[in-house]
Amino acid sequence: MKQFISFIQKEFYHIFRDGRTLFILLAMPIVLLILFGYAITTEIKMAPVTILDYSRDAVTRSIADRLMASEYFELYRYSENQDDVQALFRQGKAKLAIVFPPHFADDRDSRVQILADATDPNEATQLASYAAAIIQAELWEEQRIEMTTLADGGRVTPVTHLLYNPQMKGAYNFVPGVMGLILILICALMTSVGIVREKEMGTMEVLLVSPLKPLSIIVAKAIPYLLVSMVNVATILMLSYFLLEVPIVGSLTLLIGISILYALVALSLGLFISTVTQTQQAAMLISALVLMLPVILLSGMVFPVENMPRLLQWFSHIVPAKWYIIAVKDVMIKGVPLSGVLKEVGILLFMAFFILVLSVKRFKTRLE
Amino acid sequence: MKNRAFVIETDQLTKRFGNFTAVDHISFRVAEGEIFGFLGANGAGKTTAMRMLCGLSIPSSGQATVAGYDIYKESEQIKRHIGYMSQKFSLYGNLKVWENIRLFGGIYGLPAKRLADKTEELLHTLGLEKERETLVDALPLGWKQKLAFSVAIIHEPKIVFLDEPTGGVDPVTRRQFWELIYEAAARQITVFVTTHYMDEAEYCDRVSIMVDGRIDALDSPAALKQNYGVTTMNEVFQALARKATREE
Amino acid sequence: MLRYLLEKEFKQIRRDAILPRIIFLLPVLQLLILPFAANFEMRNINLGIVDQDQSLTSRRLTDKVLSSGYFRLSDVAPSYDEALQRIENNTTDILLEIPSGFERDLGREAEVEVLIAANAVNGTKGGMGSAYLTQIIEQFNAERQGLATVSRVMPRFLFNPHLNYKNYMVPGILVFLITIISGFLTALNIVSEKERGTIEQINVTPIPKALFLLSKLIPFWIIGFILLTIGILITWIVYGLTPLGSFGVIYLFSAIYVIAFTGMGLAISSISSNQQQAMYTAFFFLIIFALLSGLFTPVSSMPPWAQTLTLFNPVRYFVEVMRMVYLKGSTLSDLSGYFGAVCLFAIAFNALAVISYRKKE
Repeated sequence: MKQFISFIQKEFYHIFRDGRTLFILLAMPIVLLILFGYAITTEIKMAPVTILDYSRDAVTRSIADRLMASEYFELYRYSENQDDVQALFRQGKAKLAIVFPPHFADDRDSRVQILADATDPNEATQLASYAAAIIQAELWEEQRIEMTTLADGGRVTPVTHLLYNPQMKGAYNFVPGVMGLILILICALMTSVGIVREKEMGTMEVLLVSPLKPLSIIVAKAIPYLLVSMVNVATILMLSYFLLEVPIVGSLTLLIGISILYALVALSLGLFISTVTQTQQAAMLISALVLMLPVILLSGMVFPVENMPRLLQWFSHIVPAKWYIIAVKDVMIKGVPLSGVLKEVGILLFMAFFILVLSVKRFKTRLE
Repeated sequence: MKNRAFVIETDQLTKRFGNFTAVDHISFRVAEGEIFGFLGANGAGKTTAMRMLCGLSIPSSGQATVAGYDIYKESEQIKRHIGYMSQKFSLYGNLKVWENIRLFGGIYGLPAKRLADKTEELLHTLGLEKERETLVDALPLGWKQKLAFSVAIIHEPKIVFLDEPTGGVDPVTRRQFWELIYEAAARQITVFVTTHYMDEAEYCDRVSIMVDGRIDALDSPAALKQNYGVTTMNEVFQALARKATREE
Repeated sequence: MLRYLLEKEFKQIRRDAILPRIIFLLPVLQLLILPFAANFEMRNINLGIVDQDQSLTSRRLTDKVLSSGYFRLSDVAPSYDEALQRIENNTTDILLEIPSGFERDLGREAEVEVLIAANAVNGTKGGMGSAYLTQIIEQFNAERQGLATVSRVMPRFLFNPHLNYKNYMVPGILVFLITIISGFLTALNIVSEKERGTIEQINVTPIPKALFLLSKLIPFWIIGFILLTIGILITWIVYGLTPLGSFGVIYLFSAIYVIAFTGMGLAISSISSNQQQAMYTAFFFLIIFALLSGLFTPVSSMPPWAQTLTLFNPVRYFVEVMRMVYLKGSTLSDLSGYFGAVCLFAIAFNALAVISYRKKE
């Protein structure tokens, strides 16, 4: 036991001596939360617009004013001609162009053109629909002033409510995702690279001839990473609660319990990778490709899983992060008790057990 | 020896790491063609001193010239005239035997024709002809060491620095290694070698013994044994090393 | 000298157990999976309808919405509250409520309001869903009022007329690919020589440090080109996408870009004492670069401070350049500002690499 504790101390020393790595490990969740919380959004605002106005009358001017008064658009500058508009698009200086034909105010049949840079189709769709709505509304008002009676009734105006999350903050969506990512990063990536490093340097042999059992060596390696990752979970929860104002409705104990369980899954994955790789580079690339990329892509953290092809959706079932994120969302945001997340917890337990048995077996056979 | 030129001269050479003085005002001279043994217990400062002379580490104070060049200002010139074989075995393990020879020959600017001849010659003298296509990682340690030494002097330097070159091999292999050292010395290559093995110290022309960063003794093995009234270098070393206060 | 060093690097890369495989597997995998996964495109949004009017007009509106292809009817509820229930348990994403007297009021009033309520826990989905719905209602208005007034507003989508999201993602992913290889792998390169001890042997030779760094840079530069070419081929074969602009612009920009990133990787490698440290340092920067590149979400949607940060992000420039050349056919002169920026990065990063690589302590 004494040896075991001194071995854990050695592992801690190893992590804490390397100030830069420790800093990165602790700062990473903060940076991720801030970026996801404030910078990563598809909300449209201040999109640069150019106006090509061949008419230059009162109507076109009031339409332009109304467009620019909205928070969605910002005038980059007026264009001289079609070529100018094309150039602005090609240089990426404007995302939308509004083209008014000559005599727009007088000619009822003339049309205003909204040209959208559809390189990004989503943004273009939203921009075009916002612009169309604003122009239509302005035209409508102009028309109403002139006409006293309406030909065929009024128009339908949608009133939009964005429920739960009126600022469309993605926090509810990404906080569990960031937790899933960080735990994989620290527990799986660091463990696998840490163990392979000892193999590469030849120090693993020294440890293996010591009276410590292989299992204790693994456990001792894992404990510091587990602790660092729990510090990260605490940081993430505090930041999201106080800064991003994400409520924690359910039981905190349950939340932490599930996180530890998931961390165990990640640790066993790291251990498994260390048994199949020989070099740190290999361990790292495999961890990054096989573990991190699926977490980012298939966990629903950035992209909605329900729009992906079936094959990818099936594949997402074997990604541990998916189950962890579902459980965290349920507990944290909806306040579901343990009985509500039994399925997810069960799957994670099974995964932890299965991978651990598999990798300890491999670890041992490698020794003989 | 008096009419020979000195290829290494140091004066009060010192290296500190924070509060720790690894090398403490050492002064000595090494003559051309000499086999100079640089002895000391682990942590006595041998490697640090050697790294300063090779231009890998900047001294904290003191003066030194190597091959006539100043170690502060002319370290890149020094590098043209020295060979170095580090403690950590330092050939490329994932390159083949001939590829390592070619690489280092190329780095030192040997012309292509000469490099090809030299490669064959080296493989022949080392008896490695059959292993020319073998990855260096796959060679036995003793062969790796011989190859590393041969590569370190491929450009016929004035001085070759060897940092514990024969660690971990049996006495017969060590003896073979020293044959190579003698051959090099016969070609007027000065050999500056650190070692743990006292039998190897006997093979040197002169030895210095470092204790706690200082040089406590410097003379030929015979003279040292006489001074201390003992019969082996091992006893000389024990007598000096006992004074050490520094732990590894 | 350089020739021998280059020979060495290439042999080492070729003999590496995983590097060559990764170099070929990575583009294939990323280009085949990412565009399908990285997709904000919204289809099958679950729509709940509360039609309290039950008139011909209200049905015409709901039919129009449902035939648009964006929505799938998940629920027809008699009241708003009941429909809201379905949003709370995640079976409905967005709901449309048509008030009673809708048809009647349309004949009398100038404007009649309908309510759109979107579940915005997933902000993108909520935002896109309500944008589509608004658009459809706008068309509905247009149709009702006859062509004359209506189609005075004509949206046209340029450069990607079918609004194919993959056309947007694939060029960006090409950039991502090159960045990972050139930045990550070089970051591990010098430091692994440090760990093995071979760097000592190099440092004690008269090789100038710039030359040594060059011997590390050139192989990854060439690998970058090979990768880019594989990527471009996959893009063409799988997605049928070829650049509207010239290949020359793409390759020229890549050439400078890879030099920049290799320089950054080498600088990280020089200041790190082991591979683990190098890896985390590289990872830290790459993840920030990736998130602030506009690859996944538009730069213009970011807050001002983040937009300022993107100016110092080489990935951002290349992502934009790649998309512009691929979809808009932007030319060298259109992109002169971008070229200037990436040249500055290349100079700065490589200067950093030369400064931080020390032959002696």
